[in-house]
Amino acid sequence: MGSIFTVSIFQSALELGCIYALVALALFISYSILNIADLTTDGCFTLGCAVGATVTMMGHPFLAMIAAMVTGACAGYITALLQTKLGVESILAGIIVNTGLYTVNIAVMGFSSVINLFGCDTIFSLAKAKFASTIGDWYKVCIVLIVIIIIGTLIEWFLKTRLGMSIRATGDNPAMVKSSSINPGVMITIGLCLSNSLTGLSGCLIAQYQKSADINIGTGMVTIALASLIIGETLVGGKNAKGGLVVRIVGVVFGSVLYRFIVAIALRLSVPAEALKLVSAIIVAVAISYPHIVKSIGLRKQKIENRNRLKAKEAK
Amino acid sequence: MLTIDNISKTFNPGTVNEKKALSNLSLHLDEGEFVTIVGSNGAGKSTMFNAIVGTFFCDEGNIYLDNENITFKKDHLRSRYIGHLFQDPLKGTAPNMTIEENMALAYLRASAGFGKMISRVNSKDRAKFREKLSELGMGLEDRMKQPVGLLSGGQRQALTLLMATFVTPKLLLLDEHTAALDPATAEIVLDITKKIVKEQNITCLMVTHNMNQALSLGSRTIMMDNGNIVFDVSGEKRSSMTVDDLLEAFKSGAGKELDNDRILMST
Repeated sequence: MGSIFTVSIFQSALELGCIYALVALALFISYSILNIADLTTDGCFTLGCAVGATVTMMGHPFLAMIAAMVTGACAGYITALLQTKLGVESILAGIIVNTGLYTVNIAVMGFSSVINLFGCDTIFSLAKAKFASTIGDWYKVCIVLIVIIIIGTLIEWFLKTRLGMSIRATGDNPAMVKSSSINPGVMITIGLCLSNSLTGLSGCLIAQYQKSADINIGTGMVTIALASLIIGETLVGGKNAKGGLVVRIVGVVFGSVLYRFIVAIALRLSVPAEALKLVSAIIVAVAISYPHIVKSIGLRKQKIENRNRLKAKEAK
Repeated sequence: MLTIDNISKTFNPGTVNEKKALSNLSLHLDEGEFVTIVGSNGAGKSTMFNAIVGTFFCDEGNIYLDNENITFKKDHLRSRYIGHLFQDPLKGTAPNMTIEENMALAYLRASAGFGKMISRVNSKDRAKFREKLSELGMGLEDRMKQPVGLLSGGQRQALTLLMATFVTPKLLLLDEHTAALDPATAEIVLDITKKIVKEQNITCLMVTHNMNQALSLGSRTIMMDNGNIVFDVSGEKRSSMTVDDLLEAFKSGAGKELDNDRILMST
């Protein structure tokens, strides 16, 4: 069994884990911090993928990243607009935008369901040409690590600014935010724009990484990212994490890498690729219910102990 | 200063749960007045506060603050000038953020611009927060990096009070803000309240269920029943009143006994 843990598995888990960690960080902002279940994620990921692929195909792999972030932020803005100005329930707002994005995405892709980027310059191919001679196969890991470190640092910096604090407080205690003369609607809007721009960026990087974009690539993305997020948050202790935001952000990235590692091993053990969505759904369900299960087991133990004690007393 | 002109509010109109919470209520406050409010259960005390801070818009009537008509001004804009403390000490602070961060947010009322919003808390801010916290005498100045969720109810309420008055508000609304605290802590928070209100000369409205407190604190007492003010006393007449006089005054104003269970428990 030792042969499962090869260097290449570790390497690809790190690469994919860091790219998908951007979606997990997006959900960290919307779900953990703003306390909103933002279901725009699936469509937004595909949007980033489609926009990224299209712009990359035109020969601008770096511009593609910016374009994917901007379009992602636009999707987030519409979701936020629906829930803050038009009174749509937050989950429903995400679903509506997600549905609408399918048409937008396929239009961006020129009404075909697949775009291939073979032969186009991507940030990975550019890096390969420049650094492959010195660091060999690890150039992809380097790129994704650089991206995730930059993004992670920016998020940490931003969340500690007064604007970032206002966003955190909006998820923590909206009444308190209002009484500090901050408009919670604006904070939700900024937060969702930010989180969806990260999702878009992630989609763009995946398109460049696998040299293709597919209209269905985002399906189930929210569950996968949630699994990564919850694994990460559980590992570092969530809101009570010692070390605060830095540790939580690192934890989320680590959770995402760990998830990819689990998936890679599952594939190695010849679990069919079609089963992966089910596996991730189970991981999310188990991870979310884990604290509750532990609690009920503890209560059950307590009940049994109590019963035994009473019996022992009666026997006396 | 504050003028409430004939406001009315009905909740759930047209249903079996219809409740006229405020009916043609009018009130005028002068600058620097400290008014205590007592009233029966469901008299509309908290509803009046919510109308002033803009939790909902009134069905009828107008509200003016410093001659500005704020009737339809949004709540987060009003909060720039109006501080509001609730009975629940958990309401006024963000539990998962540190004391320092909570204070920084409260201080945003002083100035908010793009440059300010993307700045982080610096050592100058920290020194200011530390100085303010030390005035509470609760040792919070040494716990500024701790999340507020770790504080006791009394400490959280004292912090909320500090945050609400950090930038001196034009009007401070205290909705039984010491009622959920144990007697000793309530006393401390009340002392801090008195000190801050006096030092900064804040116009203040305070709901209380303690009749002695209603008479001893501040400069004016109003009694409410059924969404309106039934008795309003200040000056010399007030200083010569006893709790029994006050109960009697309520009876003749409202046409019934004061039926606030908490008041009866505490007198």
